[in-house]
Amino acid sequence: MVSFLIRRVVQAIVVMLAVAFLSFSMFNYAGDPVNNMVGQEATQEDRAELRERLGLNDPFLVQFGRFVANAMSGEFGISYQLQRPVVDLIAERMPATLELVAVSAVLALATGIPLGVYCGIARDSWLSRFFLTISLVGVSLPTFVIGIFLIYIFAVQLGALPSFGRGGVVEFGWWRTSFLTVDGWKSMIMPAVTLSLFQTTLIMRLVRAEMLEVMRTDYIKFARARGLSNRAINFGHALKNTLVPVITIAGLNIGALIAFSIITETVFQWPGMGLLFIQAVSFADVPIMSAYLVLVALVFVSINLIVDLLYYVVDPRLKVDRGTSAGRVN
Amino acid sequence: MATTPDTPNTAPGLIARVRDSDLWFSFTRSPVVMVAAAITAFYFLAAIFAPLVAPQKPFDPANLSLADSFTAPAWTEDGLPQYLLGTDDQGRDILSTLIYGARISLLVGFAAVIFSACLGIALGVTAGYVGGSFEAIVMRTADVQLTVPGILVALMIDGVARTAMPRELHDQIAIYVVIFAIGVSDWPQYARVTRGATLVEKGKEYVQAARVMGIHPLLIMLRHIMPNVMSPVLVLATIGLALAIIAEATLSFLGVGVPPTTPSLGTLIRIGNNFLFSGEWWITFFPCLALVGLVLSVNLLGDWLRDALNPRLR
Repeated sequence: MVSFLIRRVVQAIVVMLAVAFLSFSMFNYAGDPVNNMVGQEATQEDRAELRERLGLNDPFLVQFGRFVANAMSGEFGISYQLQRPVVDLIAERMPATLELVAVSAVLALATGIPLGVYCGIARDSWLSRFFLTISLVGVSLPTFVIGIFLIYIFAVQLGALPSFGRGGVVEFGWWRTSFLTVDGWKSMIMPAVTLSLFQTTLIMRLVRAEMLEVMRTDYIKFARARGLSNRAINFGHALKNTLVPVITIAGLNIGALIAFSIITETVFQWPGMGLLFIQAVSFADVPIMSAYLVLVALVFVSINLIVDLLYYVVDPRLKVDRGTSAGRVN
Repeated sequence: MATTPDTPNTAPGLIARVRDSDLWFSFTRSPVVMVAAAITAFYFLAAIFAPLVAPQKPFDPANLSLADSFTAPAWTEDGLPQYLLGTDDQGRDILSTLIYGARISLLVGFAAVIFSACLGIALGVTAGYVGGSFEAIVMRTADVQLTVPGILVALMIDGVARTAMPRELHDQIAIYVVIFAIGVSDWPQYARVTRGATLVEKGKEYVQAARVMGIHPLLIMLRHIMPNVMSPVLVLATIGLALAIIAEATLSFLGVGVPPTTPSLGTLIRIGNNFLFSGEWWITFFPCLALVGLVLSVNLLGDWLRDALNPRLR
């Protein structure tokens, strides 16, 4: 147990250091940071002085160490384009992204699981075939195309939903939420549906496959032989046993939701971190890019670590095997 | 091999072999796949012969008349017969931009798939054959990268390239940057599959015989192992093509893909998106439709290929 834990944590730290290194080299070697900070008319002495002040003449390892120390205290410098500390910018935008991701995750689970259960139980009905076909189409539709179609139908044609922004927000200290206004919820609908659609199809297919698997097992046959009601068998026995992998995948996919929120936020002009990042990429705003890179890597690494550890707790078989990289399904 | 002895040249033998194969059999049995193959072939031909089939040269300013901009599709009231799908804000014929756009999309998609397949196969086969710490490093990197969505990796590479190069240079080579970014984001799939297959092949007698004969390891990997690990790669590459086309379209839609001077389907959607609210729906609708049609048919082909080549499903 302890060795498994330590190995996992060490791995996570190595990955984070690698990402930090990438982010650091982007900062320092992709273009001259001094050039990005001073104006055209700065003299050679000014540049040399700034170079000294920024510590760019220090040995490599010292600079990298300083970068990591700064990153740990949330210090990523000042955005070239917006001229404001990157921490503030990200803290401002984070609630919007997290709320969008949370609503999408709930939506994907709330629609994907029932659909999957239905397709698993009634596998040959025309309706479940229909759902499966739709899900293949759903996989082929790029996120932004779904968003554009939704905007065209519900905002341009019907005028029913706002097509951009967050609507009304209420402030709790630094956290701005759109959960408390009708307007905010209306603005949430289309982005959340767009973002969750792919996850919904994924969860639906997974639940269906797991249900088909479980339905073949002996304990389901035995439950039938005992004369339990269909409802008790389907939901009490079968569904319960499919949920462990589903929750794992759903957890791992929170990272994917954050990544794909970049696209959704661009389509709907949702003022979150993704929009900030994509603007930073097109303006080559390195401090924001490297901060986002580190932040997203942190999210991914922590989710993976938590899921691996949870698996270890849930699945006793892993305690016998050596717990290498095979901790996950598939 | 059931080639008949009385066929002197190889061409009829090849056709006969294709006709007798399981793949062809399952192909003729599923109408959906045949339609998908026809649509894909249609896209390919249109893209290859773009200058011949497109009604207009959309990116030659001499050809455009601004007076014709924002013309609706031909079947609507305001449409003009020479512009079947209407025109955009510059007076470019939408159908022609679609044909040229599909050309760029397919080009980038293919190049990215070839690049990531080469990278993945090279790393995977070498990792499987050499083993040791090289294998450990390659496979750990692949594992870590697989947990991150490909589009994020591609975005990061694109962003770094943007910072590292001056603007003019970047605009010139943007298309190669996109190919590189998408290619790098997808290599772990190929590496995993080929490494697994290499581990199996490595233990077989023909490889051991080659080794005993003193053939150079590089040659063994290239000439003996690689041909035998390629069939799963074909399936991966087909599905990878659909993914690469989506990735390119997404990058271009986000404004960080191929430059607007050589627009792909994604760029066209990005341009058209600006006119969605003023009622010119066709500027963005047809590129969306073209993209979805292409991706869906390639996906269907990939799904079919995976099932048809998988002996466990027979």
